[in-house]
Amino acid sequence: MDFLLDGLMQAARLLTGGDAETYSAIMITLQVSTLSMLCSLLIGIPLGFSLGHFEFPGKRPLRTLVDTLMALPTVFIGLLVYAFLTHRGPLGHFGLLFTLPGIAIGQTILALPIVIGLTATAIESLEEKTRVTLLSLGANRRQLFLSSLWEARHGVLSGAIAAYGRVMTEVGISMMVGGNIKWQTRTITTAIALETNKGQFGMGVALGLVLLAIAFGVNLSVSFLRRKT
Amino acid sequence: MKLFTIAGLCLCLTVLGPGLNLAAEEPVLMMATTSSTDNTGLLDTLASEFRKAAGIELRWTATGTGKALRLGENCDVDILMVHAPAAEKEFVEAGYGIRRREVMHNDFVITGPEGDLANIRGKSIREALTALRTRSALFVSRGDNSGTHKKELFLWKAAGLTVPEKESWYVQTGQGMLSTIHIAAERQGYTLTDRGTYIKYEATLQGNPPLTILTDGDPALMNQYSVIQINPEHCANVNAGLARKFIEWIVGADAQKLIGNFKLLGKPLFTPNAKP
Repeated sequence: MDFLLDGLMQAARLLTGGDAETYSAIMITLQVSTLSMLCSLLIGIPLGFSLGHFEFPGKRPLRTLVDTLMALPTVFIGLLVYAFLTHRGPLGHFGLLFTLPGIAIGQTILALPIVIGLTATAIESLEEKTRVTLLSLGANRRQLFLSSLWEARHGVLSGAIAAYGRVMTEVGISMMVGGNIKWQTRTITTAIALETNKGQFGMGVALGLVLLAIAFGVNLSVSFLRRKT
Repeated sequence: MKLFTIAGLCLCLTVLGPGLNLAAEEPVLMMATTSSTDNTGLLDTLASEFRKAAGIELRWTATGTGKALRLGENCDVDILMVHAPAAEKEFVEAGYGIRRREVMHNDFVITGPEGDLANIRGKSIREALTALRTRSALFVSRGDNSGTHKKELFLWKAAGLTVPEKESWYVQTGQGMLSTIHIAAERQGYTLTDRGTYIKYEATLQGNPPLTILTDGDPALMNQYSVIQINPEHCANVNAGLARKFIEWIVGADAQKLIGNFKLLGKPLFTPNAKP
């Protein structure tokens, strides 16, 4: 039990004392999760909009597929991405294994179903009135897309936050694709796994609290943006 | 709108940041190794000395020996530092690795609860395993295809016993050495561990661990670490020159002395034994 209290104190010391290894892990976590979120939002929002907005044959099975993929295990994604990125895999010559973009590819796969699924739900739940109004006001396709997204922004934002939470806290992909290399690809979560393996439970707890503090900061700025709009 | 511009700028900086300082001039040697060399802190020491001596940056990913060999076979690293001699020899014979050199050793021990219900204290490894089996004493195994797990399987067979895979007293954790020791301690069981990790465990518990060393010193319990260079004929992309330099350095007198002087709680963790 005492390592919990110990962890709380260590967390404060790590954050205030400027521990180089901790800051490196924080920076790496922020860089890679930001990159993954940018990619998954850029790809996921248009796809989610299409899935929610248009009627087409096979739409229901596609929704079921997207919802199922939300349950993708991270270690499985890690293995999948590894199979492509290893030097003997089809994308091996890009040298992405053990790099941050490599991890970001895996995390994008992790986040995409969540972004697509929740965007689609948000668009679907817009009242039919909104669409008719937009069309009757003479909106073209681009305006229809942007205005619908604007109306559904809170739902889309919730999807993005849920996806961000998963990306920030996953360990399977970072470990398998990143390799937990000190100063290079060691994220907060792989550092937690390492410290726990080393028996430094207090340090593991401390890093967990650091991660929680970052998530708190991100959500605080998101809710600030939400109030502004 | 201003807010979004600022947010956008921050995003760009965090994403592009790593790209900017990637311009490292030092050549990089990539190693796959086992958790014991990393968890004890030995590699941190070796890497900084190697950098001073050769101007080469050593980076490593620490996993079990099974995965490390697999990473080597798939050409993802330049060099291996592992501890499963039989599997290593197969690896070299299959043409995946060359220039295998022994670097250092420590030994395995069987730890168990102070009470020692199966009464294995001071026995040979063969007698100890037989006693565990007869008494159905709880044994906690790594079960993860690591060097230590391979050693344990070998020891059961060497003692003329079948591996007690399905027995209720045989628990497989599938986790690292320290986690496995912790599980053994919680459940008052016996386990096979390398001495280095046990010393580390002892250190974190301020010298008052619930598990104690019961069986050690048997020649069969030797734990040999070796380095293997990935065969450039098998993997065209590997950094053969750097790997070769590292091997020459680690079997040399300076690095061997460094390994011998590496201590935790005043106890040496590894004994250098590279043949010149």
